[in-house]
Amino acid sequence: MAEVIKDIGTLTKKDFKLDTSVKWCAGCGAHSVLSSIQSTLPETGIKKEDVVTVSGIGCSSRFPYYIDTYGFHSLHGRASAIASGIKVANPNLSVWVMTGDGDSMAIGGNHFIHIIRRNINVNIILFNNKIYGLTKGQYSPTTPKGSITKTSPEGTIENPFQPGELTMGAQGTFFARVVDSDPKMMKDVFLQAAEHKGTSVVEVLLNCVIFANEVHKDITGKDVREDHQILLKHGEPMIFGKERNKGIRYSCNRLEVVTIGENGITEEDLMVHDATNPDDSMHYNLVRMGLPEYPVAMGVIRAAESTVFESMMHEQVNHARAETKIKTVNDLLHSGNTFRIDD
Amino acid sequence: MGKNPKVVQREEVVVKFAGDSGDGMQLTGSQFSDASAFIGNDLSTFPDYPSEIRAPQGTVAGVSGFQVHIGHKEVTTPGDQADVLVAMNPAALKANMKWVKPGATIIIDIDNFDNKHYKKAGYVEDPLHDDSLDGYNVVKAPITNLTRDTVKPYGFDPKTADKTRNQFVAGMLYWLFNRDIKLGEDFLNDKFKSKPNIVKANTAVLHAGYNYAETIEALSTTFLVDPVKNKKGLFRNMTGNLATAWGLLAAAERAGLELFLGSYPITPATEILQEIAKRKHLGAVAFQAEDEIAGITSAIGASFAGRLAVTSTSGPGLALKGEALGLAVITELPLVVVNVQRGGPSTGLPTKTEQSDLMQALYGRSGESPLIVIAASTPANCFHYAFEAARLSLEHMTPVILLTDSYLANGSELWKIPNTEDLPEIHPPLVKDNDENYQPYRRDPEKMNRYWAIPGQEGLRHRIGGLEKEDVTGNVSHDPMNHQVMVTKRKEKVEKVADDIPELEVIGEQTGDLLVIGWGGTYGGLVSAVTDLQKEGVSISLAQFNYIHPLPRNTEKVLAGFKKRIVCEINMGQFVSHLRSLYQHLGFRQYNKVQGLPFFISELKAKFMSVIEEQQPGETKNS
Ligand code: SF4
Repeated sequence: MAEVIKDIGTLTKKDFKLDTSVKWCAGCGAHSVLSSIQSTLPETGIKKEDVVTVSGIGCSSRFPYYIDTYGFHSLHGRASAIASGIKVANPNLSVWVMTGDGDSMAIGGNHFIHIIRRNINVNIILFNNKIYGLTKGQYSPTTPKGSITKTSPEGTIENPFQPGELTMGAQGTFFARVVDSDPKMMKDVFLQAAEHKGTSVVEVLLNCVIFANEVHKDITGKDVREDHQILLKHGEPMIFGKERNKGIRYSCNRLEVVTIGENGITEEDLMVHDATNPDDSMHYNLVRMGLPEYPVAMGVIRAAESTVFESMMHEQVNHARAETKIKTVNDLLHSGNTFRIDD
Repeated sequence: MGKNPKVVQREEVVVKFAGDSGDGMQLTGSQFSDASAFIGNDLSTFPDYPSEIRAPQGTVAGVSGFQVHIGHKEVTTPGDQADVLVAMNPAALKANMKWVKPGATIIIDIDNFDNKHYKKAGYVEDPLHDDSLDGYNVVKAPITNLTRDTVKPYGFDPKTADKTRNQFVAGMLYWLFNRDIKLGEDFLNDKFKSKPNIVKANTAVLHAGYNYAETIEALSTTFLVDPVKNKKGLFRNMTGNLATAWGLLAAAERAGLELFLGSYPITPATEILQEIAKRKHLGAVAFQAEDEIAGITSAIGASFAGRLAVTSTSGPGLALKGEALGLAVITELPLVVVNVQRGGPSTGLPTKTEQSDLMQALYGRSGESPLIVIAASTPANCFHYAFEAARLSLEHMTPVILLTDSYLANGSELWKIPNTEDLPEIHPPLVKDNDENYQPYRRDPEKMNRYWAIPGQEGLRHRIGGLEKEDVTGNVSHDPMNHQVMVTKRKEKVEKVADDIPELEVIGEQTGDLLVIGWGGTYGGLVSAVTDLQKEGVSISLAQFNYIHPLPRNTEKVLAGFKKRIVCEINMGQFVSHLRSLYQHLGFRQYNKVQGLPFFISELKAKFMSVIEEQQPGETKNS
């Protein structure tokens, strides 16, 4: 088992591969997420030993078994809470939560919103296939309303969650959306997530070939994707479309799709994406854009600065240590009211 | 001023303070306790408070109490009945009359004994004018009015003025117990450090109470309780929750680790979370989680990352943690779960004591899920057992449930301060970086624990989780025979802990007519009852269990040494069922009580005598 410890700069994708067999279905989007994470990690500048992947339960949550890092395959829904403990215990670690829409939006919803609210510096990769895969095809909290599944034979009657809305509602500082079929987009966004100080949520629109095949087809299909997605980049105007002639502008208090060259519209009229704005109202608007009126926003939608829980916690610890006269438990036992009893 | 009181020397005295939950009786009680400890009395205290922060004023449900037992002799319980009762209103008197000794001194605030208050308290007859108080020394003190007069110069509104009434009571007791009033002043100076005006007003009221007691006829006898006989050294007054928190801090220090507590506020365990939150200066981190589940799972994460990880809770919270405990069992990570038991099921009696989570601690998880269960038995030894819980957890790589209860958690006693250097060092089975032999589920051949490799360490990357693991390699395995092997190994690992714990001690002779068996927080009552009877020549001994799973190696031998055995518990018979299943050839009687109250010594003695005097020596299953 002896291994040569490589310098950080020389790590490659291969260093994060394990020779165990990966047991996701052939064609499952999870394979490409794994591959993208494996190619992202060498570029983060993080020591291999400092990476920890944590997952809950579900198809996506098998992830830690397939990557050569420290890994923890935990309980259904609890990955965010376990990751919180790991990160607070040792802020030096780079912690990645691998979770699904059932795992983080249903049974783990509470932990999901609270890790975000605290802004613990953990990266959450949310495999959103809009279905329960491992239990074979029941609807999840993100399944589109009306979908026929094993537990909704007449169509679901629940309003689905938008992970982005939930993230913003919990005062999230980083939210991005990617598609499983675009490795370049994934890697680029995963790197930004790794760099962000605070909880980074990346929603991967993931295809489950078995139970919800092509659920994202209207967004990701080869023929439609240029027109149905807009890749947001901080500081750049919001342009999309096969012809690169469509854009988003803000007028009369709402977002609007416009065509450059029509009705006197020029690039100047389009919105320029500001991912770092502390005010999340525009990010909220962007996250909610949906077909058919709007393209679906991709890339880093929000990346704002805020205080990070574990940094503040350890600042308080360091401060308390520096200030106190009680340096040891012995000092503590002898502090305050003590009573000497003699004969 | 200056009557010449008769001074009576007493071996022990029990004082109970009772009033509305806003009357500050808890404060007066701890002030009196501190003053007693200061002059060297032995001490045991117990607060008794309603679960509502401000239950309806003047009603029996809203009565908050604080009982203090002080002694020249050693005291092990807060006492069955009070020698002195302070009742701030009729409800307090009504709620406590049955806990008062015949002939006791009862101090009442006569200003609150009017028809309005009688009605709220549910009195039909005026208790001061029927014969219900005959035989007691009733001191009708105008506490409210005299206090208001005293604080007039400070310009308080009536509400604030009335808040200082407890110092009038304190002053009276300083006189009644021949205490130096300076101790009371010091307490106030310390308590209200930043509020000089409050200190001044309270000090004035303290003196007013003292002077009043000195002048009235009704208090012509005062008590003198000399310093405790058999205790020497440096002591402090410790509650169980504080002792638990400090024991964990001490264990972290002796293990060279930092403490991580993941916890969610829950009565009566919250003080542990609050205390650890104050101890950042010792490197401890308290993570107040979003729920009980995140409390334990964040702790499991911290344990994976190399901390001494703890979660604290009470019964309903333990139920929520059950699934995650299973994860800690299968990942074989160290984890301490402190369960401060309270009355159940469900929300039950949140502020009252019970021992009814034993079965939950032993068995309340899915699958074959053994772990260590230990229990503290006095407020102060919560320190020792919290330390033990951490030691066993870290050295054997297993979760440990430490059971305390509301009675221990909130009760206090004098605790001889140890030197932490005398505590054992704790050696978790850590792995060196790049250890070529490391495999996630390779085990120590003796203790059978796996080893602890921590993220960040070079050359030890591995993956753990809730799926069954292949023996040694830790790879996921669904192999039937492997599952059998792993279930057995996890079980044996916990059973081997019996080699690492002390033998069961017997208080009294090793053989005899009756062995009283208890576990955890009932120790004080049981040992008092048993030693009292021993002094009367009764052949009776006590075995109090602190290690529940695994049991001490000599358990069966101890149990078999007696003609009869009786298991006493504040539940319907959980430990006795456990013992019956393990030692089917032995008969066990049982004595159970579930009233949110500890055992009283008197009831125990009566029960034990009736068992001993039974004509038929044959064992029966139920008593
Ligand atoms: S069931 Fe669906 S989500 Fe699960 S592995 Fe197969 S394709 Fe992927």
